[in-house]
Amino acid sequence: MQVTDTAPKPVTGFKFNREGATNVAVMAVLLALPLWASSVGEDYYVNLASLITIFAIAGVGLNFAIGQGGMVSFGHAAFFGIGGYTAGIAAFHSFEETLFMSVPFAISGTNQMLIIWVVAMALCGLAALAIGAISLRTEGVYFIMITLAFAQMIYYFAISWPTYGGEDGLSIYLRNQIGAVDTDHALTFFLICFGLLLAAIFVSARLSGSRFGAALGTARMNETRLATSGINPFPIKLTGFIISAMITGLAGALFAELNGFVGPSMLSWHRSGEIMVFVILGGVGRLYGPVIGASLFVLLETYIGEWTEHWQLLLGFALLGVVLFARGGVMGLIAGRARHD
Amino acid sequence: MTAALIFEQIINGLQFGLTLFLMAAGLTLVFGVMGLINLAHGSLYMVGAFCCAWVTQQTGSFWLGLGGGVIGAAAAGALIEALVIRRLYDRDHLDQVLATFALILIFSEGTRMVFGSMPLYLNIPNALTGTVALPGVEAYPLYRLFIILAAIAVALLLYALISKTRLGMRIRAGESDREMIAALGVDIKTLYTIVFALGAAIAGLSGALVGALRSVQVGMGEPVLILAFVVIVIGGIGSIKGALIGSILIGLVDTLGRIFLPVILKFFMENSSANSVGAALSSMLIYLMMAGILAVKPKGLFNASN
Repeated sequence: MQVTDTAPKPVTGFKFNREGATNVAVMAVLLALPLWASSVGEDYYVNLASLITIFAIAGVGLNFAIGQGGMVSFGHAAFFGIGGYTAGIAAFHSFEETLFMSVPFAISGTNQMLIIWVVAMALCGLAALAIGAISLRTEGVYFIMITLAFAQMIYYFAISWPTYGGEDGLSIYLRNQIGAVDTDHALTFFLICFGLLLAAIFVSARLSGSRFGAALGTARMNETRLATSGINPFPIKLTGFIISAMITGLAGALFAELNGFVGPSMLSWHRSGEIMVFVILGGVGRLYGPVIGASLFVLLETYIGEWTEHWQLLLGFALLGVVLFARGGVMGLIAGRARHD
Repeated sequence: MTAALIFEQIINGLQFGLTLFLMAAGLTLVFGVMGLINLAHGSLYMVGAFCCAWVTQQTGSFWLGLGGGVIGAAAAGALIEALVIRRLYDRDHLDQVLATFALILIFSEGTRMVFGSMPLYLNIPNALTGTVALPGVEAYPLYRLFIILAAIAVALLLYALISKTRLGMRIRAGESDREMIAALGVDIKTLYTIVFALGAAIAGLSGALVGALRSVQVGMGEPVLILAFVVIVIGGIGSIKGALIGSILIGLVDTLGRIFLPVILKFFMENSSANSVGAALSSMLIYLMMAGILAVKPKGLFNASN
């Protein structure tokens, strides 16, 4: 599928050009490697692929806000963390057989992933509604800093609220379930994540090609023009921000399941930066860019991390190189510059 | 809860706010003049603290260390300006965020390689240990008072520099129209390097001063950086006056909130939950205040461009 950077053009499906071929190749490798690893009993690599997939989903979420809506959110860790804590807290109450709250209605925990996903996305949507409603009144550098500050607020709240582990975080002792599916099986869990990644990319592509996506893209390029054509930019951007947050929140819930743990580090601003790195490394506005970015990030972390503990130094230089000299990210190098506004 | 305690906390809040101002001043200056959002400002704070700790260790003199911290941070600032930052002025904010985020990774990991992960400890110089009696407070740490005075001195110097000197005139001119002052023959490249190094030097001073109060370690700049962002967002980006007022506001609200919120909540709930709710709430207080201010004034209290 081709990302439509000139917004009004509808997504017409797969196009065989360099970007399309790269997308297919990347997704095929991402699917094939864990299948192979699982068949030879190397669950470590399956989990690595799950991690890439989950990060890619988070990136797809942020990419929708940045690439389509031009909203440079530096606080997406907030949604990643809210998703994670939803999974953690639901599992915690389910495990302890206690109630999350009893007034005004009784809400118990659950170990059903499907319910957790819906709740996580709903909560992220609500948080994004509140954060977006204030942050989107501003623009440019203010927006970046305010989203960062709101994410910090939630981070400090998580640290200082002792019920769910505070600074130490919360362990998920039993991975949550989907009916009779064995989610503890590494490959099964990977396939769930992979399916959700495809779904996230599909939703993102369909929305980008829709009337709403066209309006959002125009809001990025020229808000005045959008307003002149009779569409108020604010609700459009807010909706885009909320959708973006919900996708990233889903990734957060999966991340907590994968690690069996949720802690404030999911909410830290480094996480926001990392999610942004997935998007930039792959190429802003490219539909499959976050998949490439997340793959590179995880592989760099894993393999250079094995070789030296100072892998972040190399990540820093790599990132600096991409920003300064390879604008458009890896996809930009492969498929040429996007037709940018 | 006595009047003396309240007064002491107000001074503590003022001290915290003024150290924040030293950070925020550089950030807002760089943004105002060059239009650059610099996440690596916290790294320059860290560099200042490490240089100060290292020079103090080598020479045994805190004062030389302080000078070393300022010079080290200014040199690091000038270096990254010439190598990296200069290429970012024409880019959009997303690129600036990413490139300076990369600089943070490089600085943090680089410092960890040189100094290790263990925090360094910087002792308060002998002349500044001990306490002084202030009106209402019997014994206030002399070093904290010194920080307050140093920060006020820097604020005054900065004001004098920007409003009274030729360099300050050029900085202000660069802020309003960079093409015009370049056309008038001012070397804008050097001017930008100087402004960036100036901001870095103040951040380094702040890091060195606070480093002696707490510990000197990798990552120490990041919480301060984010608070400095909150400060300049509240104050209005590009406005040094806004940064001063915003930082004092944040310093007071944060310090007083942490002390008094749990106390106030005890009137409404039992002790243990008042403590935990109070702690959680007070850590969010400044962000709530920021949200409140932005809801009314989306461009901060003193927007420089209006």
